[in-house]
This record gives sequence, structure tokens and C-alpha cells, in this order.
Amino acid sequence: MNEIERHTIAVLVDNEPGVLARVIGLFSGRGYNIESLTVAEVDRAEALSRITIVTTGTDMIIEQIKAQLSRLVPVRMVHDLTEEGPAVERELLLVKMAGTGDKRIESLRLADIFRARVVDSTIESFVFEITGSAEKLDAFINLMKPLGLVDISRTGVVAIARGAAKF
Amino acid sequence: MTAEQMNGAEMVIKALGDQGVDVVFGYPGGAVLPIYDALFMQNQLRHVLVRHEQGAVHAAEGYARSTGKVGVVLVTSGPGATNAVTGLTDALMDSVPVVCLTGQVPTHLIGNDAFQEADTTGITRPCTKHNYLVKSVDDLAKTLHEAFYVARSGRPGPVVVDLPKDVLFATGTYRAPETIEQRKSYRPQTEPDPARIAAAVELIANAKRPLFYAGGGIINSGPQAVKLFGELVEMTGYPCTLTLMGLGAFPAADKRYLGLVGMHGTYEANLAMHGCDVMINVGARFDDRVTGKVAAFSPGSKKIHIDIDPSNINKNIRVDVPVIGDCAKVLEALIAALKARRFAPDHAALGKWWKQIETWRKRDCLHYEQDDKIIKPQYAIDRLHALTRDRDTYITTEVGQHQMWAAQLFKFEKPFRWMTSGGLGTMGYGLPAAVGVQIAHPDALVVDIAGEASIMMNIQEMSTAVQYRLPVKVFIINNQYMGMIRQWQELLHGGRYSESYSSSLPDFVKLAEAFGARGLRATKPSELDDVIKEMIAIPGPVIADIATDQNENCFPMIPSGAAHNEMILGLDDKKAGSPISEEGMVLV
Repeated sequence: MNEIERHTIAVLVDNEPGVLARVIGLFSGRGYNIESLTVAEVDRAEALSRITIVTTGTDMIIEQIKAQLSRLVPVRMVHDLTEEGPAVERELLLVKMAGTGDKRIESLRLADIFRARVVDSTIESFVFEITGSAEKLDAFINLMKPLGLVDISRTGVVAIARGAAKF
Repeated sequence: MTAEQMNGAEMVIKALGDQGVDVVFGYPGGAVLPIYDALFMQNQLRHVLVRHEQGAVHAAEGYARSTGKVGVVLVTSGPGATNAVTGLTDALMDSVPVVCLTGQVPTHLIGNDAFQEADTTGITRPCTKHNYLVKSVDDLAKTLHEAFYVARSGRPGPVVVDLPKDVLFATGTYRAPETIEQRKSYRPQTEPDPARIAAAVELIANAKRPLFYAGGGIINSGPQAVKLFGELVEMTGYPCTLTLMGLGAFPAADKRYLGLVGMHGTYEANLAMHGCDVMINVGARFDDRVTGKVAAFSPGSKKIHIDIDPSNINKNIRVDVPVIGDCAKVLEALIAALKARRFAPDHAALGKWWKQIETWRKRDCLHYEQDDKIIKPQYAIDRLHALTRDRDTYITTEVGQHQMWAAQLFKFEKPFRWMTSGGLGTMGYGLPAAVGVQIAHPDALVVDIAGEASIMMNIQEMSTAVQYRLPVKVFIINNQYMGMIRQWQELLHGGRYSESYSSSLPDFVKLAEAFGARGLRATKPSELDDVIKEMIAIPGPVIADIATDQNENCFPMIPSGAAHNEMILGLDDKKAGSPISEEGMVLV
């Protein structure tokens, strides 16, 4: 009952000034964790944005997080994708590799296995783009580290429920 | 210009009028001058000039809590807004509906560190229910109407509307409240789920040792909820206890009332909480001042929790039957369901439970000894109650021992008569709150039961009381200590009274006179009644300085980190030697 669980929560909000600050302030003010948070407008006509938050806590804390989010005035819907059923979770990663020779070739080979794409290249560098679960991206980063990894940028998790239903 | 064309400042006045506002508590400044100009040119809306913006918010709170209406505040940008922050936080913690209009520098200067600029929406985001920055006069009327709706609906709370000066000068089209479309988010649930009502009724009907634990939610819901709650207690015959915020939701004179619950609650209320088998929480939030040690809180009970705010459910205490909804609607549904099943309480079990409660009650936990030499603080409050009970009396308080004694001893028979800072514990709340109450109830007796330390925090509002001829009475329980601090230092820190002595106090009688009010003093028990009677008889504002016993402590007390059945009844209680565990020491 008091075990720490990891939940992915989708929050649909009115896209108005300060809404992200409200959500983030709620997490910091009440001492909740944010493992990752992504946000973008998803419906311009309705001025709706979707925030995907990965968070951790006991079941009581997770319940609180959802209740606290729900009572923010610009929040339209809160869905716990982890609890409500199977969901697809994806993250995008950009990795910059620098170097020449064997390491460069090895990184290309591994990128191929991971289905990463090269989106920028010079004589002495690559930028790979890869999408997948957070775990897959972690694994890719670990493989790239000894091969000349110089920089990474990740989007954080976006998620959507499986099946035909909205949410 | 057509009738509906006006500038932003006029729109503010018009919107307040359409929202039924009759009074605004405020303080002018550069950024809100256009609104003050519009105020000057009309005579529907009354403005009460406070002496500090914190006082404006507390006055609006006093107004709101004694009427059930939204309290309105008008302050300027920068320091005006930041001074209001304590009041806003207070209103948030105690669920008081307040709309606070703040001035702001013109939109083109926002972010430039302009004179008297502050990031008001940023600063007030965590201490309001919601806030707005109005960037265009076209959004102004809609935003103001929505602000009122948000402040008073669901669980009430403070809402800030930040108004840049250029928006107040700009001309736009006014929109009336009924033309505003409801936003698609924010739909507070007021109707209870019938399945939850059925589950709650099942528990209530089969209870052997039941207890009602009721809070400010009933009062916020309104007179109908108070009436229905009385009916429910009547039809069940179950005992009832109230939180600090709930005082007045059930008549104190009723024999089913067990008194205040929580840290300084009565022996019978707290032991009933600990020992009940079904707890019916109506509009309270399991605050830490009520629960004590969470792990040992009412271990044997099934708990029903009625609350309009879903985030209160399972926040501190896991409950068995949560019922989301407005108290009045939930109580109505409960009563109907109980009637439908021809409910009759289990008289045998209930009789046994009441017998147990009566043995606890016989401990007479609020007892004190009054001699003829020095006034006991409890005696002062008892006498104040005795000499004002025939009137419609409104009580506000500051924060500390005097507040707890008032909560324990002053008997409230009706709701909306008790205004205190519960959640935030704001010293300096009482006097400005009394100003707000007296504005709303010009002919009532309004008394701020104060401590000599707390009253110094917003004493400047005496000037407001004098200006508007508000006959508020400041009744100072003067023990020359920050009494609750001194009490904790005595119990927890070896009697090392670090900085808790009220040094260099003013002569409160002369201070009252300096403000243009009247000052009275009682130093002996024999003088007390005459001072109270004179205080009431004087038609204007009064400060009554009551010199009380410096060593008196507020008991009973559940030490922090302890359970309800570990409460100490007084210093001669054997538990009082080392009342607080190391675990409890770190709690507040």
C-alpha cells in the first residue's frame, strides 16, 4: 500500500497564460515528483493543450496528485494512463556523437540496430534521432557513451491510451 | 458611446454592481487611480479605506464569513498586492470567498521592473484558488464575472484579478454576467453519487458508537445546510463535535454537542473521536490540528467523509465512504434515505455510548479556578459570553491562547457569528475582520477577542474603525506573553521563554484614546463585569485591556505527535512532565 509507484498522467488544459506554471507549481509546492513533463497545444480551435507527466508516489500520493490537478481551474480532464489500461509511451532523443574511425563506424552500426536515424552529419560528428520507450533510450545512451557521445537532448515522455477510445 | 461602451475602470464598477457587491475594502495607489476616479463619480458602491492592504483582505474575509457573500478587495500594484498576500493565503486555507482586484503597471511596462511592479499573478498563484491578468479591455467584464463565480462556487476561495493601468483607461464593450458563456473546465460536483449515499446510510443506520464531526463546509454551504445538519443530528440522536471552523454550525447549548474537537478540544469530543465506530465527517478536512497522530487516529471507526473538494478525500486520513458534493445536497439526500428506510437508531447501543460520553464529560475538562485576585483568561471569556448572550454577537479573534479559550468557552448558537483564522493561524486577523463584520452588520455587537501580542500586528485598523464610526470592541486578554508560544516553551523547551515576553507594550487605554476611540482596563476580577458592560454601552469603538494571569495554559491539549487518547488535561496531569515525543517535537 505504501510502495512507490510510477504513473503516467495525461492532463488536458485550457491553453491560457500561466497554466503550465500552475501545474508545475502544484508539484513543487506540494512536494510531488516530476520525472518528466511534456506539453504542447493539441487543438488550436479549442485552445487545448495536453500535458503528459510521469510521476512517482504511493497510491495515496498519486490519488492526491490527480485530485489536486483536477481542481485547477483551467484543467479539463485528468487521466491516469497507467491505471486506466494499456497505453503507448514514447520519447524522442537526439544524441550528438563526435569522433572518427572505428568508434564512428560502431556507433553507426548500433544506431542501425536501434533504428535511430542520422539527422545531421559532418566529417567528425553525427546527430542521431531515435524514438522509443524511456528504457530503450537509456539503453541507447549507455551504448553510445564510450563511442564519443558529447551531448543529448530528450523530449520527455508523451503517451496515449491504446485502442479506439478517446483517452 | 453607447450605453455598454465604457472604459475599463467604469467596467470594474459596473461589474461589481452586477455581482451584487455593495462594499469594497481597499487602499488607493498609482496603478488603480482610474478605478478610484470611477468610484468617486458614483454612489452605489461603498469603499472602506483600510490602513494596510492585509487589513483589507481580512476585512473582506470578515464580511464574507459573516454574510455568506463574496468579500471584495481593491489594492494597488507592487506593495499593495504583496501586502495582500497574507490575507489571500488566509482566505485560501479557510475557504473564504474573496475577489481581490490588484492594480498593475501598464501592459507595455510589464516585465521591465517598472515602479511598483510585482509579478502579482506569479506571487499569488499558490495562495489563490485562481488568478487572472487581464491584458485587454475586451476580456475585462468576462474575467471579472468569472472571478466571482470561481470565488463562490465549489469550495470557496480567494481569486485575484490583476488589472494593468492601460486596460483601465481603454474603452470597450461591457458584458453583463448572464451573457458570459461558462468555461468548459472547472465544474465543481455538487450533487452526491446515490451509491455513496446508500453506503453512507448503511453505516449511519447500523452505528453503535456514532459521532458527527462537522466543520466549516456546512457554514460555507449556507443556512440550508446548517438547518439540515441540525435535523440529521436530531433524527439520529447521535453526538456531534465541531471543528474550529465549524463553530456555530450546531448550537452549543444542545446536549448532543460535545464541544470543540482537536488539539485544544474537549476531553469528551476527542475521546469520542478516538472511540467511535462510525465517524460522519460533514464538511471538515481531517486537519492535523484535529487528527493528532495520524497513525493512531480513531483506529476503530468506519469513516464517512462529505466534502465538496475531492482533493480533501484520503489526503490525511483514509476514509471508507467518501461523498463528494455540496453539504446541503448531501445532507438532504441522507435524511431522505434514512426516512425512506424508516430509520430508528439502535437505542440500546446508543444509550451505552452516551453513558460513556457522559463519564468523559464529567471530567469537566475546561474547569478553572477563579480567585478574587487575578483575572483568569477563561473567566474573562466566560463573563464576556454571559454578558453578551442576549444580543446577536459576532466574535472575531486573533491567534493564540485567547483564540483557543474563545473557541472552547464562548458558546455559539448560530452560524456566521465566529470569524477566526484557522488554517493559516494569522495573528492580526481579528481587528480588520471585525471591521468587515461591523460594516456588514452595523447594529450588531462585534467583539475581537484578542491577545496583546496579536493585536499589535494590525492595530492600525483602529483608525479605520474610528473613521467609519464602527463600534467594534477589542477585548484584549493581556497576559504580557505570546501565550501559546510561552506555553509550548514551557512544555517543550524547559521553560526557556525565548523572545515570547511582550516587552514595551503600549498603554492600550491611551492608545485607544490616541486613535479617537475609548480605552478601558480591568485588572481585578471585581472590575471585569463593569468593564465589559461599559464596553458594550459605549456607542463607538473600544479597546478593553484585560490584565490576566500570566501563567495560565490552555488545556486540554493533545501534544503534537500524540493521539487523542493521550491528551493532557492540565499541568498536574502526570503526562504533562514530558508530553511530547521526539517525533512530535519537530511537528508544529
